[in-house]
Amino acid sequence: MATSALPTLPTADVGHGYTTTGLPHRKVAIWAFIGSECMLFASLISTYLIYKGRSVKGPFPHEPWTDPANGHVFKPILNIPVTSCSTFVLLMSSLAMVLALAAVENRDKPKVSLGDKILGSSRLWLLMTALLGITFLGFQAFEFTSFVHEGLSIRTNLFGSSFFTLTGFHGAHVTAGVIWLLTMLAIDFKRGLGPKDALNVDIMALYWHFVDVVWIAIFTLIYLIK
Amino acid sequence: MATIAAPSYAAPADYSVGEGWRSWLGTTDHKKIGYLYFFTALFFLMFGGAEAEMIRWQLRAPNQHFLTAETYNQLFTMHGTTMIFLVVMPLSAAFFNLLIPLQIGARDVAFPRLNAFSYWVYLLGAIFISAPIFFNAAPNAGWFGYAPLTTNAYSPGLNIDFWALGLQILGISSLAAGFNFITTIINMRAPGMNLMRMPMFTWMAFVVQFLIVLAFPVVTVAVVFLVFDRFFGTNFYTIAAGADPLLWQHLFWVFGHPEVYILVLPAFGLVSEVLPTFSRKPLFGYPVMVYSGILIGVLGFGVWAHHMFAVGLGPIADTVFGVTTMLIAIPTGVKIFNWIFTMWGGSIHFTTASMFAIGLVGMFTIGGISGIMHSSPPADLQQTDTYFVVAHFHYVLFGGSLMGLFAGIYYYFPKLTGHLLSERLGQWHFWLNVVGSNLAFFPMHFSGMLGMPRRVYTYDANQGWDTFNMLSTIGAIIVGVASLILVVNILISRKRGAIAGNDPWGAGTLEWSIPSPPPVYNFAHIPRVTSRYPMWDLTSPHLTSDVPHSKAGDQSIEVDVAGVEQGHVGGRTASAQPTAGGRGVPVDSGARIPTAAELGIPIPYTTTKPFFTALGLTVMLSGLPFAHMDKPVVQYVLLFCGASLLVGSLYWWLTSPLEPEVEHPQHTAH
Amino acid sequence: MSADSSHGNSPAAVAIEHDLGAEHEHPTWSVYWKVALVLTLVTVLEVWCYYLPSFVATPYFVPVLLVLSAFKFTVVVMFYMHLRYDHKLFRVLFTGPLILAMIAITALLFLFGKLAIRTGLLT
Repeated sequence: MATSALPTLPTADVGHGYTTTGLPHRKVAIWAFIGSECMLFASLISTYLIYKGRSVKGPFPHEPWTDPANGHVFKPILNIPVTSCSTFVLLMSSLAMVLALAAVENRDKPKVSLGDKILGSSRLWLLMTALLGITFLGFQAFEFTSFVHEGLSIRTNLFGSSFFTLTGFHGAHVTAGVIWLLTMLAIDFKRGLGPKDALNVDIMALYWHFVDVVWIAIFTLIYLIK
Repeated sequence: MATIAAPSYAAPADYSVGEGWRSWLGTTDHKKIGYLYFFTALFFLMFGGAEAEMIRWQLRAPNQHFLTAETYNQLFTMHGTTMIFLVVMPLSAAFFNLLIPLQIGARDVAFPRLNAFSYWVYLLGAIFISAPIFFNAAPNAGWFGYAPLTTNAYSPGLNIDFWALGLQILGISSLAAGFNFITTIINMRAPGMNLMRMPMFTWMAFVVQFLIVLAFPVVTVAVVFLVFDRFFGTNFYTIAAGADPLLWQHLFWVFGHPEVYILVLPAFGLVSEVLPTFSRKPLFGYPVMVYSGILIGVLGFGVWAHHMFAVGLGPIADTVFGVTTMLIAIPTGVKIFNWIFTMWGGSIHFTTASMFAIGLVGMFTIGGISGIMHSSPPADLQQTDTYFVVAHFHYVLFGGSLMGLFAGIYYYFPKLTGHLLSERLGQWHFWLNVVGSNLAFFPMHFSGMLGMPRRVYTYDANQGWDTFNMLSTIGAIIVGVASLILVVNILISRKRGAIAGNDPWGAGTLEWSIPSPPPVYNFAHIPRVTSRYPMWDLTSPHLTSDVPHSKAGDQSIEVDVAGVEQGHVGGRTASAQPTAGGRGVPVDSGARIPTAAELGIPIPYTTTKPFFTALGLTVMLSGLPFAHMDKPVVQYVLLFCGASLLVGSLYWWLTSPLEPEVEHPQHTAH
Repeated sequence: MSADSSHGNSPAAVAIEHDLGAEHEHPTWSVYWKVALVLTLVTVLEVWCYYLPSFVATPYFVPVLLVLSAFKFTVVVMFYMHLRYDHKLFRVLFTGPLILAMIAITALLFLFGKLAIRTGLLT
């Protein structure tokens, strides 16, 4: 029972910042966060698919629709060529992102050739990632405005509601990623990112790639499958 | 049992005096945050309890008009919402905060500022969702807020706005805490604390965090749809536009059923700590307890549609969800039996804590059995939406979650404050609670079987329900008195209770090796863990001698197992000098505990940035309801100010260091 | 989840792991651009499928597109997110929820009649 003396537990000689797995806290947390985001996008995608083909009026994603009230014919709303381009842009931004991370991790390695210097420039690749992200958002803005012009808003029908909410959520994630990238780029210009910043860039990269893979799923499930 | 150790230590440090309210607003200490969670949840327990008392007073006899139908709707909605989101989850969070770092041998959680943020979001969200009841504008569509009932067409007014936005705010709090605790448990265990040595509470907390981070996004999406429908005119729940009335129900219950386990598993964890201590036996079947906890978590995602049998899902879905629901009874039953076998043959000490734990085993079993009745779709069709279901979930949530949390309160209050709760008041609390809750909830089985529907604000006489309702009301009043006794006990004992000492109960886990309340750094030296019950290995080795100790991993952490075992035989425990939880820092009776600075342990800065970030979030979302009041100026001002505060504080937070620089730059993990 | 407990816990082991962690055995430029090329080609293939009315009409269209996008998904996760090279724990933290998410989508689609078991026995 309660002894007046405290038992002395064996102690471990570990420094401040010791972690059980040897992995940094923030990287564990971002993976847990990404796991959680899987469920977020699963719910959004499920809703889109459940409501697919249930709108009582058009416009529709893949089929034309004639408004019975005035005989106006709406084209199929999705613009596959444009979205294919934006998909390609987002895929390439992931390439730029891994190169930015590699550049930050290998900042201290000697760079001899011009190729080494280009590949080793974290600023170039961070800027490239951010620009590609902004291009993707530009495509999305173009897509949204042209849909609205063609007569599909978030209020029009079930397709509009679920489409704009799903892709809007994804766009908001891309926007957050672009802000993150630009902040990191500003830090790079201010003091230069070195290997000790690799963790922060790594976490940002994981987030960015996750947003990219979500788009891979959305592109197939929403745009390509009729 | 003479549970109270001789007060051979300094009087416990008092958290509530000293640096004043600023130290609370800016704290990042997991124990202080746990303290804040605890008292806020206790307040809301009284709040939700008062709502329940009013509901019961209305239903005491047929044809009463103590409340109007509208007030009644608000009260039962807010009773459910309060008890689930503002009482049981935060009380569990109080224990997560207080216990997880102590049980795994850590100095704080992985992200102390995020932890503070979670609390402030919870507090502000709780105020946001609760305050409208004073203006007769509280949510009024049930805690599950079924759409399309909650859309503008059927619920005009602000009531549901507060509910939807409040739920969104509270969800952010739980999610942030979830990521934090997952990281803490994975990454901050003391050397040697492998997963199969983790205390059962930490294990159940670990499972719960995964349930939270995987279930809350789903309800977030469902509520986002509702908010968009209400504010931006989307069609997610507009049946005329082709929407499916079951969408909300499915999304909500995909969250809602794991939520049930989010509510009950922490209580299971607490009971699994309390029963071994007071039975003087290690937990029976520890690995099976772990696996069944995980299995409950996994299966918990596969049973949601049993809440919806009455909508007519078809034979295949009914069968699948009926079977999975029956399956989940297996791991739950395993836990019940393991608790019984833990007590079997033990020398049981009946303290208030252990009595509440035993109470949980009994009461939860009753609720579990009526739950299995619901798993059969034909039976469920008879019981759904009657008081039989009300009886069931009060047995599992009151008899399960709350009784377990009460056990935890009596068990861990000394660790939190350094003072024991009064056992005399505790006994009154326990007995009134058991008698009152059974009197309140057992008759509901009968009124439900006789067909009394849920959520009716009054009923006609001569349906055979009168006596049962009167009994339930009397029981509810007794429970109310019991809860007041708990509050009085806490308020009195917080300062004046018997001094607890480090280990008033003779328990086996790490948190009892350090002073009560623990110093800000918890462990002067990070312990090296060599078994599941490190304290019992030292104080009562006979208790753990029968248990197969897992020695796996000891070699890799360079622990001298033999040396440790000889250590306690060789009289380390007989050492007359108490030490402050570690080697080499002797503490005389009455001597003070060394400060963090003296030990060279860096402590995170006090910071109000998480508070202001939480405030920004809440202010931003509180702008939205003004859209329904035709006050766009107020709406946009609040949205803009809140968003600016949120973004500004967040940037300020993320760009400022957590704690002073340390001399160990090679470990840069934060 | 027991992955992490089997890992070395001593400070020395941690330090070693940190050193490795900083370097990773991350792939290099040559792998990265090949992955990008594969992703581009698969995307082109997907869009091409979309524009083949005769193929769209076959029952293979949807499964083929799903397999292709799952392939892209996997490649990005394995190579760009380094899951192939990183700690097992991260694999568990990601694949667990991912599987749950996919089961949830499938189950919901069944419940809303978007998928059906076409065995003829159950209808």
